[in-house]
Amino acid sequence: MTTTTLAVLVPLLPFLGAVAGLLLGRTAPGFVRPLAVLPPLVSLVLAVLVAVRQGGDQAINAHTELTPTGSVPIELALYIDGFAALVAVLVAFVASCVQIYSTGYLRDDPRYPSYAALVSLFTSAMLVVVYSGDLIVLLVGWEIMGICSYFLVGHYWETPEARAASIKAFLVTKLGDVPFLIGLFALATDAGSFRITTVLGTVASGGLHHPTLVALLLLAGVAGKSAQFPLHTWLPDAMAGPTPVSALIHAATMVAAGVYFVARLLPVFQASSAAMVVLAVMAAITMAGSALAALAQDDIKRVLAYSTIGQLGYMTGALAVGDRGAAVFHLLSHGAFKALLFLAAGVIIHASGTNSLAVMSRMKDLRARVPDAYWTMTVALLALAAIPPFSGFFSKEAVLGAAEHVATGHTEHAPGAAGWIVLVAGLITAVLTAAYATRLWLLAFRGQGAEAPDHGRQPLTMTVVLWVLAVPSLAFGLAYGPLPDWFDGRDLTPVLTTSVLGTGLALVGGLVTYGAWRHTSAMAARVPLGAVVAHPDADAGTVEAEAIAMHAPTFGDMASASDPADPGLLLLGPLHRHAAVGFHLDAVYSVLFVRPVQAGASLVRFLDREVVDTYVRGAGALPRWLGAAVRRAQTGNVQTYVSALLAGTVVLVVAVLLVATGA
Amino acid sequence: MSLAAATAAAARATTAAAESHGFLSPTGVEIAFLLVGLVTFGAAIVTVTTKQLVHAALWLVVTLGGLAVEYLLLTAEFIAWVQVLIYVGSVVVLLLFGLMLTKAPIGRSPDADSGNRWAALTVAVAAAAALVWVVVDAFRTTWVDLDGAAAGSTEVTGASLFQSWVLPFEALSVLLLAALVGAIVLSRKAVADKATPALPTPGPPSGTLPPSRTAVDTTASGEQPPAKEGTR
Amino acid sequence: MHLAYPAVLSALLFCTGLYGVLARRNAILVLMSVELMLNAVNLNLVAFDVWLSRAARDTLHSGQALTLFTIAIAAAEIGIGLAIVLAVYRGRGTADIDKLRDSAEPHGPDEATVTADEKAEATA
Repeated sequence: MTTTTLAVLVPLLPFLGAVAGLLLGRTAPGFVRPLAVLPPLVSLVLAVLVAVRQGGDQAINAHTELTPTGSVPIELALYIDGFAALVAVLVAFVASCVQIYSTGYLRDDPRYPSYAALVSLFTSAMLVVVYSGDLIVLLVGWEIMGICSYFLVGHYWETPEARAASIKAFLVTKLGDVPFLIGLFALATDAGSFRITTVLGTVASGGLHHPTLVALLLLAGVAGKSAQFPLHTWLPDAMAGPTPVSALIHAATMVAAGVYFVARLLPVFQASSAAMVVLAVMAAITMAGSALAALAQDDIKRVLAYSTIGQLGYMTGALAVGDRGAAVFHLLSHGAFKALLFLAAGVIIHASGTNSLAVMSRMKDLRARVPDAYWTMTVALLALAAIPPFSGFFSKEAVLGAAEHVATGHTEHAPGAAGWIVLVAGLITAVLTAAYATRLWLLAFRGQGAEAPDHGRQPLTMTVVLWVLAVPSLAFGLAYGPLPDWFDGRDLTPVLTTSVLGTGLALVGGLVTYGAWRHTSAMAARVPLGAVVAHPDADAGTVEAEAIAMHAPTFGDMASASDPADPGLLLLGPLHRHAAVGFHLDAVYSVLFVRPVQAGASLVRFLDREVVDTYVRGAGALPRWLGAAVRRAQTGNVQTYVSALLAGTVVLVVAVLLVATGA
Repeated sequence: MSLAAATAAAARATTAAAESHGFLSPTGVEIAFLLVGLVTFGAAIVTVTTKQLVHAALWLVVTLGGLAVEYLLLTAEFIAWVQVLIYVGSVVVLLLFGLMLTKAPIGRSPDADSGNRWAALTVAVAAAAALVWVVVDAFRTTWVDLDGAAAGSTEVTGASLFQSWVLPFEALSVLLLAALVGAIVLSRKAVADKATPALPTPGPPSGTLPPSRTAVDTTASGEQPPAKEGTR
Repeated sequence: MHLAYPAVLSALLFCTGLYGVLARRNAILVLMSVELMLNAVNLNLVAFDVWLSRAARDTLHSGQALTLFTIAIAAAEIGIGLAIVLAVYRGRGTADIDKLRDSAEPHGPDEATVTADEKAEATA
């Protein structure tokens, strides 16, 4: 088979799996699990094959036009360069892991068939985005991901949190998608084609008329999908979905799509230095703010969600300094360790019966109950905190190195200001990332108090996946050597300055948190807190759904718990209260958008009910009165009828006479 | 006003001598016509307004008689006698029978007029105003010469009726026959309807209603054929 | 004689009859009023016949012939009319025109029951 055929099969197989799963889900339940697991696995093999054959050489560029579509042609096009090949491998890898993990995690879920089909569809859509060489086809995959995330986040639709979160995820990403669509049209109008190669060629020859406008419009869509400030608010709430979905969305698919899109069209953004600075500022705010917020979260999955936002900030920061190699490198390593973090968190939630760190910190020996999750999560957290030699260290150093490179004025392709912004924000975030990673590890695994409940071993499908994912988290960083061959050829080797600076800051953050924890953990025993779920022996999905539904009633809030034993409280001080609610961005949105819209809706409702309906009722009342009057005239008295008839006759005769005589 | 204009033009052309006859110098015939007309009109008004039903029929006699006199004054003597014979002689008698058969109250009945009275008055006055206006406007100069042989003597009328109008006359007799048959059918059908449901019931007719009904029916159907024949 | 005299008298008699038709309750009185209207027409026919035959424009005496026909038809009409009135009186116990309201638009359930009661009374 040619490489092109293989590449077409990569997104097609999960799609066919999804269709078959949806069709057979009720009639043949036995086929659902193979149909869910096998297509992503085959896709993974094929994607690896495509990557090997592509090998970082000349991009594979194939296209076919199904039908003429007017002035700007839309084609089914493949454009597979090194970025696309490797990201596709990551997507297929994480999707396979998630599907395998889900068979254990949602073992007893009655809606598992539709869930698995949607995950397959999600994967297929992401693979379309990755491989597509045509912007409209890319947009199709982009939007299918949006609707799949809506369904998957709302998987536990019995809980109000899940319903609200799914609608919020959908609306916020759509808010970005509208400018994104307009930006695509503007770009294609300038380039005369939706083909990525043509667009890039136009940009290279300086044929783009409004680079800043187009770049900013596209950035809005990217911010929505990749959860960048100010459109990131949907991501923490999306934790109301099942943990494997969170892993899929956060690690490889949805949020990666935005970064990948910018990486693909980076020359378009580089054509406007204003857009690059905006991107840098966006990345800086996202990184620092989300790291602070992560430090204040109580829900283990929300901590990870904010950490995703922060790591995505690193990626956009790398893009802002014009180094897409570093961005995609971090995307790949982050995809591995973040998937691992989420899946391990799922195991922990299942074992402990709660999603609250405050409750976990009052459980002794939780790590002994889930040794697999303990060891793999430790690896992943070290990777997250960018401690050498884990993968996160190398990819983050690549980002910081690129920023330092730009800041010191060695390149012309990105403004120096962007370099400084990214560098400073990245270093600050390095401290905070290490802090919240340490806090998470300490609270989850170093709890004191009652023994953690024993629910037996976790399903094999779940633990094996953790170890599989731990391998790239541990070792992928060493790929910095061969990777430049696949990417733009720029060196990804860690720079000494930033390596020392970054690692030192991470160690400082970790140690300070440890000190704070030593100071506060004594209080944990004195302040009993929290509750665990009612059915701890059920399958993991049920436990998690109950835990999510329980958090708000127990602590009075979705995100935080006022726990004096929390080191984050000590570290953040008065900032903790604001960080816990994501710096009130939801409240600001509520004031800026939700309330005006609701006020407008009630105004429209008032106008419709009171004003428009009054006219309608009035229009109905007049004929009704006339009808009543006419009914009254129907007395049945023949003499009345004849009187009216003759009166009319007399009037007509007189009128005719007057007209005839000319009076 | 094409009709009035046409007739007025015709009147001017044919009776040029009419110019000398003014309304302020009436002839004797005109005075007689006017006086009898007033009586007729007055009797007609009383007929339609009186509260005593039987009196209305009697005042109708006066009106119809007055009209017969008018016919005489217009030299239509055969019509006048037919009027007296048929209207005064039979129609009014028939109406009186009708009043009796429907048990019309003798004496003043306060509800002789319906609630529609004022609307009726308005319509009638308006119609009268319009008609009188048109008629006067059209025929104020037209003069009818009544001198010479009578225009409607029995001989003249009979000649024209049996020379020129034989076919309509015979058709009219068919119409009268049809009316005769129709009146009988109307009366007899009611009896048949009443009788049919009573037939299947084996027991004696309960209550006093059916006998009184049939009594009324027989009176009605027994009275009307002679009345019809009188008309004929 | 001026033609205006019989013409005006005829118009007035016609309108008197019109009033009677519209205002009288008793059906037989209505029939009388119809007779008045017919007679008004007859007067008109006779007057115009006399005028036109004198003016030698009509030799057939069509007006008088028509008057005779009208009288015959009026006699037939009064016979049939009285038969109908009597039939109605037999069926309903009244000859008042304003009580014959079967074609009325019912205003509500109460009205319908009222008419039903009236019917019951009439048949009793």
